[in-house]
Amino acid sequence: MQGEIASDIKGGSKLRKPASLKRQEAVAGFIYISPWLLGFLAFTAFPFLASFYLSFTDYTVVSQPRFAGFANYVEALSGDDLFWGSLRRTFTYAVVGVPLGILGSLTCALLLNQGLKGTTLFRVLFFLPSLTPLVALALLWQWIFQPDFGVLNFLLAKVGIDGPGWLSSIEWALPSLIIMALWGTVGGGQMVIFLAGLQGVPQELYEAVEIDGGGPWFKFRHVTLPMISPTMFFNLILGVIGALRVFTVAYVSTEGGPAYATWFYILHLYTQAFKYFNMGYASALAWLFFIILIAFTYLQVRASRHWVFYAGEQG
Amino acid sequence: MSARRHPYLLYLPVLLLGTLFIGPFLWTVGSSFKHPTEIYVFPPLLWPREMQWQNWQEVWIQVPFARFARNSVVVTGAAVVGQILSTTLVAYGFARFRFPTRDFLFMVVLSTMILPFEVLLIPQFLIFRELGWLDSYKPLIVPFYFGAGPFFIFLMRQFFLTIPLDLDQSARLDGAHSLRILWSIILPLSRPALATVAIFSFLANWDSFLGPLIYLNTMEKYTLPLGLRFFQLVADAGGAPREHLLMAASLTVSIPGITLFVVAQKYFVRGIVLSGIKG
Repeated sequence: MQGEIASDIKGGSKLRKPASLKRQEAVAGFIYISPWLLGFLAFTAFPFLASFYLSFTDYTVVSQPRFAGFANYVEALSGDDLFWGSLRRTFTYAVVGVPLGILGSLTCALLLNQGLKGTTLFRVLFFLPSLTPLVALALLWQWIFQPDFGVLNFLLAKVGIDGPGWLSSIEWALPSLIIMALWGTVGGGQMVIFLAGLQGVPQELYEAVEIDGGGPWFKFRHVTLPMISPTMFFNLILGVIGALRVFTVAYVSTEGGPAYATWFYILHLYTQAFKYFNMGYASALAWLFFIILIAFTYLQVRASRHWVFYAGEQG
Repeated sequence: MSARRHPYLLYLPVLLLGTLFIGPFLWTVGSSFKHPTEIYVFPPLLWPREMQWQNWQEVWIQVPFARFARNSVVVTGAAVVGQILSTTLVAYGFARFRFPTRDFLFMVVLSTMILPFEVLLIPQFLIFRELGWLDSYKPLIVPFYFGAGPFFIFLMRQFFLTIPLDLDQSARLDGAHSLRILWSIILPLSRPALATVAIFSFLANWDSFLGPLIYLNTMEKYTLPLGLRFFQLVADAGGAPREHLLMAASLTVSIPGITLFVVAQKYFVRGIVLSGIKG
């Protein structure tokens, strides 16, 4: 056996391996990936299908699942008062928060990419908030937003603004959560990805613009922006998915309130599943969420053809 | 470039942003050292008159914080070890062996990256309930020994592919078994990738909230994020101000991640960039 392997390798990789060796290699390969394969079947594939099945049943854990046809879906789309509301709030949160986040991250990255002295230190400062565990982040901001003794309303009062009730106000709770999310994400991974994107822009392009007498804005608009559009697209896709899944911060700081003002989709799903044990109904919510995510991602990929520029592609 | 012409002008927005990011931390640090009588006052004190160092100790006494910390270390440690082990083996399988359906299976790995885990949450809960694993750490640990975290598999495989095959082959010539090659040739060269996986796995598990929230019922078993939440509820219920303690607790929980970042910055950047640009 050993001799066979040796001669095979000496003969170069172009030579075909004997069938027995190929089989040996295949068996070894399967053994190595088997942890994932088992895990995938048990914790992903099976739950995925089971969730689909459960979404068509009435199941509250105490009894066997009872087939209910489309009842759960009908209930979600036309009977459940909180379904459309939670979906609307979640979308508002994403539609406002994600573009602001991308704009903020890009601004930070552009500033850190100017070769200023102390850039390393600033990068650390910008990055720190994103390292705060979400529960800690929620508690920290709860105290900043505290209407009577918090630092934010104190600072606002100094410039003559009578600050709102923030997390305890129906109008301001959702914006407050967006502010918290921005603080926690703008200087984090998104910014680092933009930085890498910016560093990948060929210097010659800027030099070419300079020779033609183009100013900084022209450089940004016609070189930087197109060159980093794939990076922006990536951040957009991940940002939207992340925003639509918002849960922990809302659960800890507002519990969906006041008056359901921050009752997000996953909070609704969690409550149905693990507070009321409506597992069938919650599974339908999960599948609707999955379909919405896929549709949204697909639409973004479609739309990206009009604004994302890949340098390697022709025209 | 404009930066070279007026560099000082650019410091203005940088400092402004830096203040916005770091300001909330400073307020939190200040609050964590306040005396209880300095909490509910207006105008608020930005910094305590006298540092109350004992607040940071108090946290460990008022709630079973030491217990929560120990639980978090156990769960996070076990999950990270499992993640590294299974990720390495699986990525090695995908990177170095030819077998039928390999490319298809790897596509499956990639496609599970975009699958939101909320979709799987309920059946997973029911499976673990069936297994009698509720209110134990098993649901939070065991999946990581079975290749949970497709992104890490992807990252590790990409890294293995950059290691020249010649190294494997010469070792095989010497009669080394594939496991031996992985251990003594591939892994020593893969330290950066291993560090990246370890760091991001640590952060994700340390921060994990929804999983523990669903699976852990007994207070003694809470991990730090759940413990913080528990502390918040207790603090809100009482009359005396507890914000200084809550802030000290929040900062305590944040320290490991921040420390990790400060000492291993380059691995952070590498990990994020690998995920972002090549993903």
